[in-house]
Amino acid sequence: MEWYVFDTWIVAVGALCAAACALAGSFLVLRRMSMMGDAISHAVLPGLAVAFLLTGSRTSVVMFIGAAATGVLTAVFTQWVSRLGNVERGASMGIVFTTLFALGLLLIARGAERVDLDPGCVLFGAIELTPLDVVADWTVFGVHLEIPRAFVVLGVVFLLNLAVVVFLFKELRISAFDPALATTLGLHAGFMHYLLMTMVAVTTVAAFEAVGSILVIAMLIVPPAAAHLLTDRLGTMVVLSVVLGVFCAAGGHAAAVFLPALTGHDAVSTSGMMAVAAGILFFAAALFAPRHGILAKGRRSPRG
Amino acid sequence: MDQSLRERPVARLRGAGSVGLPEEHSPGSPLSVHDLTVAYHRKPVIWDIDLEIPEGKLVGIVGPNGAGKSTLMKACLELVPRSSGEVRIFGEPYRAQRKLVGYVPQRESVDWDFPVSVLDVVAMGTYGRLGWLRPVNRRCKGLAMEALEKVGLADFAHRQISQLSGGQQQRVFLARALAQDARVYFMDEPFAAVDAATERAIVGILHDLKRRGRTCLVVHHDLATVEEYFDWLVMLNMRVVASGPTAEVFTAENLRKTYGGKLTLLSEAATAVSKEAGGAE
Repeated sequence: MEWYVFDTWIVAVGALCAAACALAGSFLVLRRMSMMGDAISHAVLPGLAVAFLLTGSRTSVVMFIGAAATGVLTAVFTQWVSRLGNVERGASMGIVFTTLFALGLLLIARGAERVDLDPGCVLFGAIELTPLDVVADWTVFGVHLEIPRAFVVLGVVFLLNLAVVVFLFKELRISAFDPALATTLGLHAGFMHYLLMTMVAVTTVAAFEAVGSILVIAMLIVPPAAAHLLTDRLGTMVVLSVVLGVFCAAGGHAAAVFLPALTGHDAVSTSGMMAVAAGILFFAAALFAPRHGILAKGRRSPRG
Repeated sequence: MDQSLRERPVARLRGAGSVGLPEEHSPGSPLSVHDLTVAYHRKPVIWDIDLEIPEGKLVGIVGPNGAGKSTLMKACLELVPRSSGEVRIFGEPYRAQRKLVGYVPQRESVDWDFPVSVLDVVAMGTYGRLGWLRPVNRRCKGLAMEALEKVGLADFAHRQISQLSGGQQQRVFLARALAQDARVYFMDEPFAAVDAATERAIVGILHDLKRRGRTCLVVHHDLATVEEYFDWLVMLNMRVVASGPTAEVFTAENLRKTYGGKLTLLSEAATAVSKEAGGAE
């Protein structure tokens, strides 16, 4: 197998996707709300489907906003169902997102005859195809660049997330650590909760095409969870989770390109391999982390 | 004084032990609570609470489990929705007085594996003064360091918070409240499951705050130390059984009214009182 410019774009898209996800995901992990990422990524589906069926295009801004709004609504509905139905938050999340996800699948299956939206792509993404959708053709220093749309979209979302994390770092930190204190200090924890949910929803929608609604959870949660094991400082954790995410994207695509030749299988999906790479990284972190790793703990408290 | 205050009905006295409940909110009072009711799923947790706390006192809040002690604090701080009633901090609604109020939540309320250092947590006390968007600066860290010195944990400033003992963690929370420099503090069980050294440290801090004219409301469990630690006492069991100077309201009768039916606590209370009575003679 060979490496083409095409492959570099795939890695770039994957890396931006992973980095954007890691920024939002770090705070989900710390708030012990990882499953909220899963819920939101599933629940954006009806938003996407409705917007898609209405506008008939996959590129519209309307579609993006519609889907992100559905994602945020998931958080709102979860709160409502939990309060009105008097059920525990996890259960209420399960009720809300499976319902919305089923509705989304139904809409897509019904609409699939008329339009080209494949449930497989929706679930696992189609990162291999993203370089085909070019929005700009630039020649920089004699190098011809065909910039994919997904690269631009994810780039913008990454920068937005970066801006939120940089400018509201102290607010994110205190509302994740001690929401009651944050509220008494006038830094409204409820507002920060919905801001984070909006970040997650927007990121999920942007990442949708690259990694799909199921694998996006791997990018949101696994790199931050691994980074959490490796450090005791929030800033370091966020930076590290971005680095690990980018590493997963590169490693995942490299594996997808070179693995089939080695093992004789044909076609390995890049997004699938990104999730596998993230899993391996997490396992390594869980084993070898300096303070929280299994080996380090074993060394500290020898049994017998 | 504003219109709504003058029109409020006269506060009713509740229970035989109620002492010195003024009939109106006085503007100078660090905390005055009027007709406060909080219900979860339509079941009242605290009911018709009237309180008037004088400034500069160390105020103990005692009552059996489920008496609504934490809920009372959270309702004052608008952390749980009130069904009815009114809370005033120095004569103004809480929202307008946020900066004057410090809160020390229960230690179990946060995740101690969170990736922050001891200094980071204490510096959070200064976030309110910083306001939105402004990053933590050197002045905040300086204030945090001073507060850490006061609780005797300066050497631990750069440790991750999970590396502290339970008592040290409680002192970190107190240091955070000191860094906030409020005028009235709400402390939810600071003495719960702490070592003797921490208990002494907390008492020292409380006295220091009192000397500086601060008011501290402390949810407390150990009846044996009530008279030693607090000069004002609120006895709570869904309603206010008694509120007043500890010497006047900490009586066997009020204890029975507060803890009535809870046999183990009742006997504990009886022991505490008889011990006190024995000591006084």
